[in-house]
Amino acid sequence: MAKVNPRRTPMKEQLPQERRRNFDEVPYGYTPEEAISEAQRCLQCKKPSCVNGCPVQVDIPGFIAQIAQGAFWEAMKIMKRTNVLPAICGRVCPQEIQCEGACILGKKMEPVAIGNLERFIADWEAMQSECVMCEIQPATGKKVAVIGAGPAGLTVAGDLRKLGHDVTIFEALHKPGGVLMYGIPEFRLPKAVVEREVNFLLSMGVRLNLNYVVGKLKTVDDLLEEFDAVFIGTGAGLPLFMNIPGENSLGIYSANEYLTRSNLMKAYLFPRYDTPIVRGRHVAVIGGGNVAMDAARTALRLGTERSILIYRRSRDEMPARAAEIHHAEEEGVEFQLLTNPVRYIVKDDGWVQEVECIRMELGEPDASGRRRPVPIPGSEFRIPVDTVVVAIGNSPNPLIPQTTPGLETTRWGTIVIDPMTGRTTKKGVFAGGDIVTGAATVILAMGAGRVAAQSIEEYLRTGKWDEIKK
Amino acid sequence: MVKILNKQVLATGIKRFELDAPEIAWRAQPGQFVVLRVNEEGERIPLTVADTRPEEGVLVIVFQEVGKSTALLGTLEPGDAIMDLIGPLGKPTEIERFGTVVCVAGGVGTPEIYPVTRALRQAGNKVISIIGFRNKDLILMEEEMRRVSDELIVATDDGSNGNKGLVTDMLQQVIYRGEKIDRCFAVGPVIMMKMVSLLTKKYSIPTIVSLNPIMLDATGMCGVCRVEVGGETKFACVDGPEFDGHKVNFDLLMARLKTYVKEERQAMEIFLKSRNENCRCANRKEK
Ligand SMILES: Cc1cc2nc3c(=O)[nH]c(=O)nc-3n(C[C@H](O)[C@H](O)[C@H](O)COP(=O)(O)OP(=O)(O)OC[C@H]3O[C@@H](n4cnc5c(N)ncnc54)[C@H](O)[C@@H]3O)c2cc1C
Ligand code: SF4
Ligand code: FES
Repeated sequence: MAKVNPRRTPMKEQLPQERRRNFDEVPYGYTPEEAISEAQRCLQCKKPSCVNGCPVQVDIPGFIAQIAQGAFWEAMKIMKRTNVLPAICGRVCPQEIQCEGACILGKKMEPVAIGNLERFIADWEAMQSECVMCEIQPATGKKVAVIGAGPAGLTVAGDLRKLGHDVTIFEALHKPGGVLMYGIPEFRLPKAVVEREVNFLLSMGVRLNLNYVVGKLKTVDDLLEEFDAVFIGTGAGLPLFMNIPGENSLGIYSANEYLTRSNLMKAYLFPRYDTPIVRGRHVAVIGGGNVAMDAARTALRLGTERSILIYRRSRDEMPARAAEIHHAEEEGVEFQLLTNPVRYIVKDDGWVQEVECIRMELGEPDASGRRRPVPIPGSEFRIPVDTVVVAIGNSPNPLIPQTTPGLETTRWGTIVIDPMTGRTTKKGVFAGGDIVTGAATVILAMGAGRVAAQSIEEYLRTGKWDEIKK
Repeated sequence: MVKILNKQVLATGIKRFELDAPEIAWRAQPGQFVVLRVNEEGERIPLTVADTRPEEGVLVIVFQEVGKSTALLGTLEPGDAIMDLIGPLGKPTEIERFGTVVCVAGGVGTPEIYPVTRALRQAGNKVISIIGFRNKDLILMEEEMRRVSDELIVATDDGSNGNKGLVTDMLQQVIYRGEKIDRCFAVGPVIMMKMVSLLTKKYSIPTIVSLNPIMLDATGMCGVCRVEVGGETKFACVDGPEFDGHKVNFDLLMARLKTYVKEERQAMEIFLKSRNENCRCANRKEK
């Protein structure tokens, strides 16, 4: 066997000092030559551990073998069997803890850059004049309603449409994609990529009703009269605040608001677009996840002088993707680790002026297994700011549970399901994604969509409904 | 795309549109609102549902041209379409037989309180309505309000309609004359709702106000609409828009409404400039 290059083929990207002031995508993607050379590093294991690391079980060695031979079309066919949103997954999956984390090469050297290859093959297809179509089974006459056009809902819609069902998506916002559209910024996931993948689903015959808030127009019960099954994939869209003094001052945003203004409403193009956003000089972002990184990097691109990330634990506990932490740092985001805000100092006109923070140290592990941060008394200090973005998490939107009798939720407001099937406590109603797990990841939402689609198919065929065992 | 069926200018800068929106018209209840976006570059603007005619699929909105987005909306004509319309949003007004109710509105709050007033009357309440305007040329919907009220008081700040005073002065008079008021509803400028609430608090009259903070998604997803009620933070778009006026922190609401004054002014200037330039071109062609 030829010797494997211990280092992966790097993906070229915009230089930090340039990209920190523009909204263009950071990495450029592989050229065909780069993709082939990276694909050739794959050992083609008989029992591939990477596949087990992937929540939707993409046939990883299969598609990589095709790339290695330059058979890109074949590679894409393999990909689309399990994943209809590869251009998105290749860009936003936390590969280091999934497929790449399980890659056998990773024991001795750098694992195969599976995410980069996934992105390459999807982008390559987009440049061709035609695309790999999925085979669609003859019409079954069954109708399915999908609530929410995020990754969970889109996956369910695609899978069920392939099986010949008549699928209609209901989406509250004016654009499909969920977090992919309103949350994740252009420089990390270009909106054209999301649109392309959604359009592919529409070309398969999936119907899409935008501007449709289920629970306010029709309720789930109304939908059950028209449709044979309903899938709820409404995500975790309710922003959490810290409830500390001064948090309602002017200049303090939830990450959802900040990112929605910038991404969905294109406020970074104000005044060409009508939605404004505050272009602060000193922006503090509270949190350590992907959302916080996205907000801190958006602030830089909006022209801030200082973008300061305040996180209460240490770097090792940050839940963000490794690549995003790295990118944020390269671009000059300042990290204030082991630090927590306690209150905001507000000017007479209501604008935030300073954030008062306290230093933290790590104590005993908590329920999540991470060491619990505890404040160090007397260590308070202040940072001058004119904009703050609170990115400490989201909880599920309560609208659907509130308007759907018989749909059980947990104490945290997530919908109760049988994880093996996605069935809820209400007959004919399935759920998956962030509305079930709380804020998680794109690929887990897609995985949940896949599971639900399979059991919806079974339910439509047999009409059998087993109550959830408790 | 949502078609505009009808357009009416109610007063200077205040316009009324009838929209072709059957599904929303069927579901909308008094006190609820819609969000609309004029075009691809547009903001999402919340507007109260001013009326519906469900059988005809008609939804009515009334708006004042206060910024670029509403000014742009105002340039549309019947037959034109609005890109996005979302609703009905927010919780409906709690309509019950309270006894005697007073409905107070200022300016463009009048079309907003109209469906509430009508529903309260239909529920068997004695309805006294007080509507106030800056001057008599700005008076809106007087006839409609008279039809759904047992008594209607119209006031103007400058007295040009013969009844000078603020709506709070009128409300004070109603209280003085010994009317036993069981509930008060107030819709209009924040300062007006604040003054009404301060007054009714003195007399322990339960008071409901309809708040109009900045909104974005209006489905509970962003938190820009947060208001303080009884010391707690609420999202007006989903928890409201109506709240107990005696508990609302109006000063915070007024401050937060000023977040984008600078940007709003800038957008308006650009809009007016481009409109003037267009006009000039048109003139030139004529010559
Ligand atoms: C800023 C940000 C960055 C992130 N970065 C990453 C990342 O790098 N990698 C990663 O894997 N994950 C990331 N995530 C998490 C990931 O995006 C989510 O876990 C995933 O999108 C969840 O998918 P979903 O389909 O369950 O819900 P969502 O994507 O939230 O979609 C739900 C959809 O339902 C709609 N909806 C809600 N209520 C209703 C209703 N009543 N009627 C109709 N429609 C309704 C919503 O408008 C929305 O479009 C990030 C999240 C955010 C916010
Ligand atoms: S979908 Fe995500 S986890 Fe699966 S192979 Fe692709 S990048 Fe890896
Ligand atoms: S407008 Fe976004 S939460 Fe109310």
